[in-house]
Amino acid sequence: MIGAIYGLMCVGLAMIFGLMRVINFAQGEFFMLGMYGTFYLVTWLGIGGLLGPAVAAVIASVAVYALGALIHRGLLSKATGIAVAGTEGDGHYPQLILTLGVSLVVANGALMIFGNMPTVIKSEFSSSAWTLGPYGGDDGMMLFINEARGAAVMMSVLVTLAVYYFISRTTLGKTLRAAADNPEAATYMGIDVQRSHRISFAVGAAITAVAGGLVATYYPFQPYVGLEFVVIMYAGVVLGGLGSIMGAFWGGLIIGVVQQMSTLVLPMQLQNGMIFVLFLAVILFRPQGLFGKNVERA
Amino acid sequence: MKKHLDTPGIKAIGAVALAFLFAGFWIDDPYIKQIFINVTIWAMMGVAWNVFSGYTGLVSFGHAAFFGLGVYTVVILALEYDVTPWIGMPLGILAGVIAGALIGLPTFRLRGVYFALAMLAYPLTLLYIFEWLGYQEPTIPMKREDSWMFMQFENDFFMLVIGAVLMSVAVWISSRIHASRFGLSLSALKQNELAAEGVGIDTKAWKLRAIMVSGGIAGAAGGFYAIVFLVATPNSAFGMLSSAQAMIVALFGGVSTVWGPVVGSMMLIPLSELFEATIGHYLLGTRGILLGVAIVVMMLYAQDGLFPKLREWLLRGRDEVTKPSSVDAPPAMADQAPRVIGSDVVLKVSGLSKSFGGLKAVSDVSFEVRQGEVLGIIGPNGAGKTTMFNLLNGFIRADAGRVEYGNQNLVGMAPNRVCALGVGRTFQVVRPFPRMSVLHNVVVGAYVRESDDNAAFEAARQALARVGMQAYEDVLAGGLNSLELRLMEIARVLAGQPKLLLLDETLAGLGGEEVEVVLGVISRLASEGQTIVIIEHTMQAMVRLVDRFVVLDHGTVLASGKPEEVTKNPLVVEAYLGKKWMENAQH
Repeated sequence: MIGAIYGLMCVGLAMIFGLMRVINFAQGEFFMLGMYGTFYLVTWLGIGGLLGPAVAAVIASVAVYALGALIHRGLLSKATGIAVAGTEGDGHYPQLILTLGVSLVVANGALMIFGNMPTVIKSEFSSSAWTLGPYGGDDGMMLFINEARGAAVMMSVLVTLAVYYFISRTTLGKTLRAAADNPEAATYMGIDVQRSHRISFAVGAAITAVAGGLVATYYPFQPYVGLEFVVIMYAGVVLGGLGSIMGAFWGGLIIGVVQQMSTLVLPMQLQNGMIFVLFLAVILFRPQGLFGKNVERA
Repeated sequence: MKKHLDTPGIKAIGAVALAFLFAGFWIDDPYIKQIFINVTIWAMMGVAWNVFSGYTGLVSFGHAAFFGLGVYTVVILALEYDVTPWIGMPLGILAGVIAGALIGLPTFRLRGVYFALAMLAYPLTLLYIFEWLGYQEPTIPMKREDSWMFMQFENDFFMLVIGAVLMSVAVWISSRIHASRFGLSLSALKQNELAAEGVGIDTKAWKLRAIMVSGGIAGAAGGFYAIVFLVATPNSAFGMLSSAQAMIVALFGGVSTVWGPVVGSMMLIPLSELFEATIGHYLLGTRGILLGVAIVVMMLYAQDGLFPKLREWLLRGRDEVTKPSSVDAPPAMADQAPRVIGSDVVLKVSGLSKSFGGLKAVSDVSFEVRQGEVLGIIGPNGAGKTTMFNLLNGFIRADAGRVEYGNQNLVGMAPNRVCALGVGRTFQVVRPFPRMSVLHNVVVGAYVRESDDNAAFEAARQALARVGMQAYEDVLAGGLNSLELRLMEIARVLAGQPKLLLLDETLAGLGGEEVEVVLGVISRLASEGQTIVIIEHTMQAMVRLVDRFVVLDHGTVLASGKPEEVTKNPLVVEAYLGKKWMENAQH
């Protein structure tokens, strides 16, 4: 179940890391902002109902979109794309440092504003479940699906499909891909690369924020929560194959499933370790990801 | 001055350490003394990160793995086996070195972001393993009676001394690496890994050495951390923050400089601690915000870090290199001895084949190269010429066939081994190490033959003189024009004193006069007895240069023989000019 939301979270990162090859440390913070944004929308505005948090998450993501665009314009554009093509490490060092700095500022800023008490979004649906079955007669299997999570999953799938459509079918989506793939060539084709990168970055941030808002309905969070998720996001994107939006979704899904399954066989402490072992296995033996097509050659 | 800044010796490092200790000695406030100690820990971590990631260009998010192993080695040995940190610490360093090897071996197959992300996973996996093993918060037991034996000093100053000594040793190691073959090899593979491998640098071995040294230094930092704080938690040892902080101080201070990480640590650690101590009590997260803002501002105004800016300021006005106006190539055909072509076969290629997917790039190619001859491999674009060279020097592994050189089969051998045996090559698209001087570029090529560094520099200077580039020694390779780059690449491969020289379209992209200069250099080499195989797709220039042609088309040998025979061969003319031209020519 969590898998689908993880999938969405990875799709957000795939926009930034997969397409633009920018290692963004602040992604976890966008996720966290999505959580808080959703939380305040739900509690202050009283957006209720089954889909309340999901709707709130989408609204919150708009704010994160604006923030993402701002961060890109003010900071990142100076260390990505054309500005650094061909310099030492293609600008990786400044990117790392810049996003790490942004991540520190945002996480600690949130700590100042929101305090460090763990929070969770409560709704009447958090504890109720849909019952499916029983299958196979009266004493067969019964399936319980938590309603809050169920709604979150549906929302995740919906947003992912929307993003997929946006990236692969619309002109703007194609423009973004071109600008990310080869900034120089895109410039010659008359594409405003800086603007495209800004949009990609902001969209990526916003999508991850939606995922954050959805996770917030069942997962207690505090300002440093981003760090817990950022690694999972990278794992999912690499698992799915760099540059593939749908791949990232499946990658996140698999990670969610593995995490859930490992509770059955492994002690609690090793559960998260399992994700990294899986991640290492994939990256060492199949660096192009499960769904990626091409590998970078030397 | 310049030397002390770039590659400080024992004296310069000692002076800095003493000044640091002198400042620390007068401070009574235990909190500030603690900050001084922290500076040494993170300076070490920064140096460790820099020795690997800074010098090789492979970004590591995982230095917490080595740090954490150092921490836990010392703590667990003291707790469970009553072993003093005097012994625990060296074992912690050893743990770091071994972990470096174990992590490096499988992970070096990855490049770029993949490598960085794989490195992220190691410390986090270790974090959960140590949590699972039940080491949530082991502490080093107090030993009041023999405090010296267990490094538990009454006076914090002794701790600071140990920190300063360890930091100095780390800086000294980094400086030694920077100034030596080790550093130049790393720098070369960072700037162009394929070229480094091609001129005989064993890139895998150097990377492995770098990560082992780096792991050792990080292990020492971890061990020292354990001695200072007496406690280990999985998060403080293996958490993201340990990796990030090492990276931040190094990048802030200046990547791939010796002093950079130390400068970064001395600036950032006190700054963040002092803020935490003052405003931090009222407002949570001040330290984080300050660190964040500091590094963001630094990146916007000085992308290379603080130390390079300082260096520039200290050395302003000096250190300027002017590029010579032109190459001083030896005269072309004037005083040439006739070539002597021996009967010995230097290289025997038989049945060599390689396909990519369904495309047969090279199929069943056989030819021989004799001692002292210049063999030209020609053919239209896409004929498989460069693939052929890549097969010969080991960049690509052949599907079938043999490449016999002396009594060895080169197929399946690593490129640096092939080069060490005496087969040197240049590249179709020039592959310089752009941020190194011309002399250093060529020295990298000399290492394969000369085990002594001075001899390597001597060989490099001679090689430069042979192509007429002796005046360019201190010019950065990034500022050269195409002719100069071509000549430098020839010098780089000559410095390795190859028995067989493979030149890949050395004339490509050169103007008329420039072609003459390069042709002059090559024919001079030939008259000195150098065996050469040269690839070209234009025939005119080659006819004057070569003794024999092998013509490739669509991956197969179309014809071979003396220039005058080959140029009259109808098959060759057809391949070059098309059937239509042939038909017209017959009328």
